[in-house]
Amino acid sequence: MAEWSGYLFLILKGAVTTVELTVLGCMLAFVMAFLGGLGRLSRHFILRAIATTYIEFFRGTSIFVQLFWAFFVLPLIGIPLSPFLAGTLALGLNIGAYGAEVVRGSILSVPREQNEACTALNFSSWQKMRYIIMPQAFILMLPTFGNNAIELLKGTAVVSLISIADMTFQPQVVRSQTGNTTMPFLTILVLYFLISLVISTSVRGLERRLSQGLDVTKA
Amino acid sequence: MGGSDQPIIKIDKVSKSFGSLNVLNELSFDVEPGEKLALIGPSGSGKTTILRILMTLETIDSGHILVDGEELWHIPGNGGLVPANEKHLHHMREKIGMVFQLFNLFPHMTVLRNVTAAPMLTQNVPKEQAEKRAMALLDMVGLADKADAKPAQLSGGQKQRVAIARALALQPKIMLFDEVTSALDPELVEEVLNVMRRLAEETDMTMLLVTHEMQFARDFADRVLFFDAGRIVEQGPPKEIFSNPQEERTRTFLKKVIAAGHAI
Repeated sequence: MAEWSGYLFLILKGAVTTVELTVLGCMLAFVMAFLGGLGRLSRHFILRAIATTYIEFFRGTSIFVQLFWAFFVLPLIGIPLSPFLAGTLALGLNIGAYGAEVVRGSILSVPREQNEACTALNFSSWQKMRYIIMPQAFILMLPTFGNNAIELLKGTAVVSLISIADMTFQPQVVRSQTGNTTMPFLTILVLYFLISLVISTSVRGLERRLSQGLDVTKA
Repeated sequence: MGGSDQPIIKIDKVSKSFGSLNVLNELSFDVEPGEKLALIGPSGSGKTTILRILMTLETIDSGHILVDGEELWHIPGNGGLVPANEKHLHHMREKIGMVFQLFNLFPHMTVLRNVTAAPMLTQNVPKEQAEKRAMALLDMVGLADKADAKPAQLSGGQKQRVAIARALALQPKIMLFDEVTSALDPELVEEVLNVMRRLAEETDMTMLLVTHEMQFARDFADRVLFFDAGRIVEQGPPKEIFSNPQEERTRTFLKKVIAAGHAI
């Protein structure tokens, strides 16, 4: 039993790495989602083209391949990345591409009449986006952002392939040392579920707080 | 700039099409400062499009519009006139306010914030002053006690009165009302019309009103324009238009409206 608590400690250490990857990956994905989503709505052709290329590329290729590129190929062209950085980049850019479509879709689904009211009140296009459209669109983004964050959490498992000792990597160490298969994998099953539960409940809480007294579907 | 001897709005041979649909057909008319104008006519006749063009929500295909002595859709350039840029439109919009059929309040803001946002953001009015002005306006429309409510907590009539206060907060010279009672339950129409009556009596603002409320148009307007197919078919004082229309099309329209239950 004392031995098992040592192994549990190993898995929990992996869990910390997974949480770190998830948090940093989500931060990058969040930034990329807004850059990509606003880029696709830009008036400037160049910005639209860059954003579209980014989104289509990262949605259209596998996260495994993107990770291998970040870790194995980039060093060959003189950009060596630590496994952790490569993992964060691949996850953030990949999920950010999905998020960008959420940002774009949510902004477009704010009723056109809100835009017209802004014109009638003489807001600049920045003021319109900042004070009127974005606060309403953000609430619409939240549920899908929550899904994306959970996708990212589950996606972190792929980094075990580039030798990061995350929560999926550690049970395999435990298993090879103890021969016990069920316990380590049951442990991470529960841990993944608990972490995703934290994500979904906090996003739902945020959503509830922001939409208080709000009739989101109609103006 | 805005002398009293010239019209505050001059519409000169304005045409507008949506695809193959010709909405305005070389339309021309003037509006005098302080005049209350009612635009009536069948739907699709172009009356709402005129308000939307004046609010710069739609562009024009040809013609000219002068507001307060300045070209609305054009600026000098290339030795003549070129289409207006955003900066010019921003300047021109300061003269005009609009109230919409569906209120278009900002659902994430309180009533007070709905009214103060535009003055604070677009005219740099300090917060205390903006709120003081907003409370006075909310008081005028009878909703001072709803300042902290969100739009979703209000009835349609209350929403529309907030929307009127919001437009007035920018102190425009011209107010455009686009079928502002059409989306309201019948018993809520009167509270909105009362606010507009007061506004017409107490201010010298120029007001353009697109409406199906013929009784109200008759009481409220100095002049009625009857539109059909993008042209003015007939215009004159409300008494003449409603009691003694000269054109067959005006008569047909008014008959239909009365049959539909809009009493005159």
